[in-house]
Amino acid sequence: MSHRLQAGGRLIDRSKPVRFAFNGKTFQGFQGDTLASALLGVDQMLMGRSFKYHRPRGVVASGAEEPNALMGLGRDHSYEPNARATTTELFDGLEAETQNHWPSLEFDIGAINAKLSRFLPAGFYYKMFLWPRSFWKHVYEPFIRESAGLGRPPKRRDRDTYEHFNVTTDVLVVGGGIAGLTAAMTAGEAGAEVLLVEQNAHWGGRAPVDGAEIDGMPAEDWIAQIVAALQAMPNVRMRNRCMGAGVYDHGYTLLSERLSDHAPDAPGPRQRLWKVRAGQIVTATGAIERPLSFAGNDLPGVMLASAVRDYVVNFGVAPGAKTVVVTNNDDAYRTALTLKAAGLEVPAVLDAREQATGPLAEAARAAGIRVITGRGVAGVTGKGRVQVVEACRQQSDGGAVEAIEADCLAMSGGWSPVVHLWSHAGGKLTWDEADAHFRPDPDRAPKGASGDNFVRSAGTASGFLTTNDTLFNANSAGRAAAMSLGHKARNLAPEAAGEKRQPTAQIWLMPEHAPYAKRAISWLDFQNDVKVSDVELAAREGYESVEHTKRYTTLGMATDQGKLSNINGLAVLSKELSVPIPEVGTTTFRPPYTPVRMGAIAGEAKGVLFQPIRKTPMHDWHEANGAQFEPVGGWRRPYAFPKPGESVEDAVAREVNATRGNVGLLDASTLGKLIVKGPDAGRFLDMLYTNMMSTLKPGKCRYGLMCSENGFLIDDGVVARLDDDTWLCHTTSGGADSIHAAMEEWLQTEWWDWKVYVANVTEQFAQIGVVGPKAREVLDAVGASFDLSKDGLPFMGWSDGTLGGLPVRAFRISFSGELSYEIAVPASHGQALWDKLLEAGEAHGITPYGTEALHIMRAEKGFIMIGDETDGTVIPQDLGLDWAISKKKDDYLGKRAQMRTHMTDPLRWKLVGLETLDGSVLPDGSYAVADGDTPNGQRKTQGRVTSSYHSPTLGRGIAMGLVERGPDRIGEVLNFPALDGSPVEARIVTPVFIDPDGEKQNV
Amino acid sequence: MSDPLIRIEDASPMGMVTLRAELNDGKAASALAFSGLEIPAPHQVTGTPEKGVLWMSPDELMIMTLPDASDAMVATLNEAFEGTHSLAVNVSDARSAFRLKGRDALVREVLAKLTPADMRPASLPVGRLRRTRLAQVPAAFWFTGDGEAMLICFRSVGGYVFDLLSKVAEEGTEVGYF
Amino acid sequence: MLILTCPYCGVACDETELHPGGEAHLKRFGPDASDEDFEGYLFQRKNPRGVHFERWRHAYGCGKWFHAARHTVTLEVFGTYPAQVFEPPEKIRAAILAKLPDWETGA
Repeated sequence: MSHRLQAGGRLIDRSKPVRFAFNGKTFQGFQGDTLASALLGVDQMLMGRSFKYHRPRGVVASGAEEPNALMGLGRDHSYEPNARATTTELFDGLEAETQNHWPSLEFDIGAINAKLSRFLPAGFYYKMFLWPRSFWKHVYEPFIRESAGLGRPPKRRDRDTYEHFNVTTDVLVVGGGIAGLTAAMTAGEAGAEVLLVEQNAHWGGRAPVDGAEIDGMPAEDWIAQIVAALQAMPNVRMRNRCMGAGVYDHGYTLLSERLSDHAPDAPGPRQRLWKVRAGQIVTATGAIERPLSFAGNDLPGVMLASAVRDYVVNFGVAPGAKTVVVTNNDDAYRTALTLKAAGLEVPAVLDAREQATGPLAEAARAAGIRVITGRGVAGVTGKGRVQVVEACRQQSDGGAVEAIEADCLAMSGGWSPVVHLWSHAGGKLTWDEADAHFRPDPDRAPKGASGDNFVRSAGTASGFLTTNDTLFNANSAGRAAAMSLGHKARNLAPEAAGEKRQPTAQIWLMPEHAPYAKRAISWLDFQNDVKVSDVELAAREGYESVEHTKRYTTLGMATDQGKLSNINGLAVLSKELSVPIPEVGTTTFRPPYTPVRMGAIAGEAKGVLFQPIRKTPMHDWHEANGAQFEPVGGWRRPYAFPKPGESVEDAVAREVNATRGNVGLLDASTLGKLIVKGPDAGRFLDMLYTNMMSTLKPGKCRYGLMCSENGFLIDDGVVARLDDDTWLCHTTSGGADSIHAAMEEWLQTEWWDWKVYVANVTEQFAQIGVVGPKAREVLDAVGASFDLSKDGLPFMGWSDGTLGGLPVRAFRISFSGELSYEIAVPASHGQALWDKLLEAGEAHGITPYGTEALHIMRAEKGFIMIGDETDGTVIPQDLGLDWAISKKKDDYLGKRAQMRTHMTDPLRWKLVGLETLDGSVLPDGSYAVADGDTPNGQRKTQGRVTSSYHSPTLGRGIAMGLVERGPDRIGEVLNFPALDGSPVEARIVTPVFIDPDGEKQNV
Repeated sequence: MSDPLIRIEDASPMGMVTLRAELNDGKAASALAFSGLEIPAPHQVTGTPEKGVLWMSPDELMIMTLPDASDAMVATLNEAFEGTHSLAVNVSDARSAFRLKGRDALVREVLAKLTPADMRPASLPVGRLRRTRLAQVPAAFWFTGDGEAMLICFRSVGGYVFDLLSKVAEEGTEVGYF
Repeated sequence: MLILTCPYCGVACDETELHPGGEAHLKRFGPDASDEDFEGYLFQRKNPRGVHFERWRHAYGCGKWFHAARHTVTLEVFGTYPAQVFEPPEKIRAAILAKLPDWETGA
């Protein structure tokens, strides 16, 4: 049984007990424990159930690669699913629960899937759910949804906060083991600015557990010394609990820092996402031990040899009292020796190699451990956990066995360098036959902006498996990084004794000739339940590419992304395909290295900071007066101003009627306002607009259209000529920034010799529409310094002056068909002018109105709205706007495109008005059907609704739409079926529903 | 929060005039000299937030004035550039301004939580302007002294920027990097 | 996440400070152009596995458009230069040829 040892545990503080809850029961561990070590300490070997077969699983690893011990942590507002128990630091009050079982971890109904496993082979999902089609909705989809995912998603809003932090630095070293420390020291000593990060809470990595000696002292002492030295260097910064999540182009790197995962009551953010721009990156990310593939290798109690050692040395926890070690390499002997030294039993070391001659094997023999060579594991048996290990000859079919009683099996299939970060940005790998792993190919490193290497691997992450080689390589990486940034770097490699090693044997299946029955319970991917037999089946069914095999079998697709399973899986595939491993290749390594919380990615952008909301100078007034807002181009504009107890629809009707009958007030501040000035400004605007702007007289306004080079209408607005070489262009609210950008683009990249300057003054001014038959009286009452009369300020004219003592520019333009003034005033005076107009207009029933009333009034007049009547496929000619297209100009943006045959096709859909026969409101966006079907069997259409409203003025529904040859078909009745197919009939009319001669606005 | 990392003060209104013109032909320099102003070198800031100049681009300056002096500055510039292609426009009301005060390292940290700009003192010394992105909006900032920075953004998002700065400057969020 | 230096203001821009603008050195074809020329101008774009001349705007900075010569596979940047030119400057060509002697300008 797993238990806490009487002594030992370099990372725990036995004087500080910590209480935590696991599946509702309270247990005790020590400060410094991980959740996994604490659970092992109280003999809780069972830590989860697998995804597909719900098999009982124990912890396998001791770090980020753990596939089985996934827990749900916390509750309610701080619940986190799928947390690895091996990297979860224990704290007082921690609550953990296991996942993927019902009703309990010990007794799980879903485990029936395991009995059915022969019916759930690789590709099961693809084969099973193919047909019949009708089963999808009621059978397959509910089943898939029910069984999908491991943990439960949190149900409550995350109460924690997160933030981002941007850093630019010279050298980023990822990994704080002895290699990372060495590389950071070398680069730092050379004068480079260094950021060194480590995913765990402790510096030094595995070296203390492995018993290394560096520069003549125990690793632990050497680490303490170099950490202190680095901390004293002003150009070196160090962060632990900070994981290198991903390396991207040009040295951009994401780090995920855990600030209070282990201390939930601490103030400040829970996690911080670092966005680092590094000149050079050193990946000192170590290596991960591989499992071995044998029957029953997923039984709780079967663990990685290095993990068994970690639990003993770091946490004073023994995963078992009797541990058999099975290995294909020298390193696992360290585990045997560690266990022996801790007073635990090691009945045997099974070495798959025919001889074990390395110094570690010799040491094991000297310590009295039975070493049996040429052996593998034929199977592991036990009720819910390891009880018997069956040893057999590796070169056999596992028939003849020796049963060895044990409660733990420590396995080692060799070591794979962690090449994720190296690979993220395009670093290539090479297959190392001697050590049986892929390692970074230094000749094919990721290239930076300069064309030089910008990622360098260091130490074990480079594939060096001895302390001395690791330190030498790490020093070289640190030097190379510093030197490539122009620093002079010294050779500072620490020294360790040379080690003799016996090569690792390539053992991908135990025993070599295991029959199907064994291969079908030899697990490759523990989390997704992929077995050796599944990969073999995929190969037999024709999956030759490792990427396809991965997706077909789901190998490596679980939350651990195959950290343990990928190499073993592709080795099986390689054997089955009779293709060497390097030719099979690896799947793509993609960020993040381990999952990053969505909250950390969002950072500060949640709640009110989710998105910037642009506010006009009168926004507070709108809010205080009950405005219902709608988003328009990043702004919030009042949609309507319902009074207490009034519905929004009623408010809109009231606003329209008040404006048409008396006078309305509109906050039009969001309209884009661009100043265009220079000797070539007229010529420039003639190119931008479809009509002629150079001939506009100072003091006058003209409505204009802008098209893309593709001919499509993109924006419209009123242009005012301010003086000889200055124009003011109004754009739509959503178009101000993009039209400004487009102007700069043409001026900078096409007509750069034209003398034109543009300034975006959208936000400099508040703009207020005073609209309706009483508009002039209201302005009179406020007191204008300029002539308001029909002749003094005629329709489509503008004047500068003061209004109520405030500096204004008044435009006589109308989007409603009413007598209308738009008054621009410096934004800081916006609210003051609004107040004066309200006060002066009170006697006339002045009524603030919102965008919906604005839209209705423009539709009643047949005025188009960009985004309603246009959708990126509509040209001005479609909208009957030929009058706004200059015939005199040789060129304007979009002219050539509008000459294409499709654009001049007489069958194009064109703008018309639509009136339902019964007066109802046509559903917006509905289509008019035509006779017959299209070649792919859909009903033919002949038009669609682009705007549709209830008109309070006319007391009936009105709509605008685009209809094939529409203007030639006035009076025809079309059918616009409702969603339920019932006919809705509407007659084609002209789009101007009221005051066709413009008598109301021209007064 | 009771004890934020830095102080964030509303520095609006500031007088601001955008000047677009050829900056290298001497005309701009003499026009500004007339008002006691100096054209900054690229990225630099001359003068003070009450009377100074920000280098915005190779053909754009931002003239800072007292709030009520911006119209006069536009008139002065228009007169000085009479007959020369240029554009001077009052944009005082189009901007919000904030003054950030505190330990220099903390002012830099607060900004580094929001902008990709290199906030190291050597990269952004006193008197150097950085136009960049602040979370989701454009902004520009410069240090006026040790632990004192000015930040300007568009007026419509002034509230967002203030909330943003306040959030990332909350007590307990110190990074300890700079 | 590319980092490109704006040739106008010298700032090493984060990609999020930039606005991409597609292929550089396009020649505009107007109303007199043939269908073929116009189609080429509007729609036909190079998509090389290798050196690409492309447009970027320093949108969150000085607002200027500039060009970058960038290798689409290695992401190496051979240089950035102002947009007011009809073809890559000699300096940029030389920088590319220094690294890729076999590079054909392609036209």
